Amino acid sequence: MATEDNKKTSTQSGAQEGFVYLPLIAGWLVPGGGHFLLRKWGRGAVLAAAILGMFVLGLAMQGKVYANAHDILDLLGLVGDLGIGLPYVLSRMLGLGDVQVMVTTADYGTRFIVVAGLLNIIAAVDAHNLRTGRKS
Amino acid sequence: MGPWVFQPSHFTAVVLFALFASSVFGVTQRETPRSMIRYGIYCFVLFVAAAIVISWLMFLIAR
Repeated sequence: MATEDNKKTSTQSGAQEGFVYLPLIAGWLVPGGGHFLLRKWGRGAVLAAAILGMFVLGLAMQGKVYANAHDILDLLGLVGDLGIGLPYVLSRMLGLGDVQVMVTTADYGTRFIVVAGLLNIIAAVDAHNLRTGRKS
Repeated sequence: MGPWVFQPSHFTAVVLFALFASSVFGVTQRETPRSMIRYGIYCFVLFVAAAIVISWLMFLIAR
């Protein structure tokens, strides 16, 4: 009986080995990446589709990708944009979202890009919660 | 300018926003697939309904 308990405990601790923040970081860098790392394929696919879809549509609406922070609102936008991880870096490298377009849909696009970043932070934290066992 | 330009109407933008946001909320805020879908639909309906109600309020105030 005691041996079985010891086995169960060692199996549980074995599952918790490794860098505990890896799904959080992977989830931040690649939308859905944290869930893929934890073999939650379905959840990861839905998150990746929703977050990347929102980001791409934001760019397609000629939304602005914040590159610097001249005032507090720009700073908040930049923090939101950085939440999406590598797609932000990619869009900056490709020069996407750096043109200020004065149309209504461009303003929507800017919000789409910021909210995609914020949603990605929620998804990354969810991956972390799955990793730590706070959520199943 | 990006390779292609997407210019949705206000309502289409609201529906797309609600669809993406509620998908993420559903997956991250619930544990079982069934409750994820239910919560996602709940959030989607609330997003769209709130946008319609607030739009009508703004329309009536502006008159």
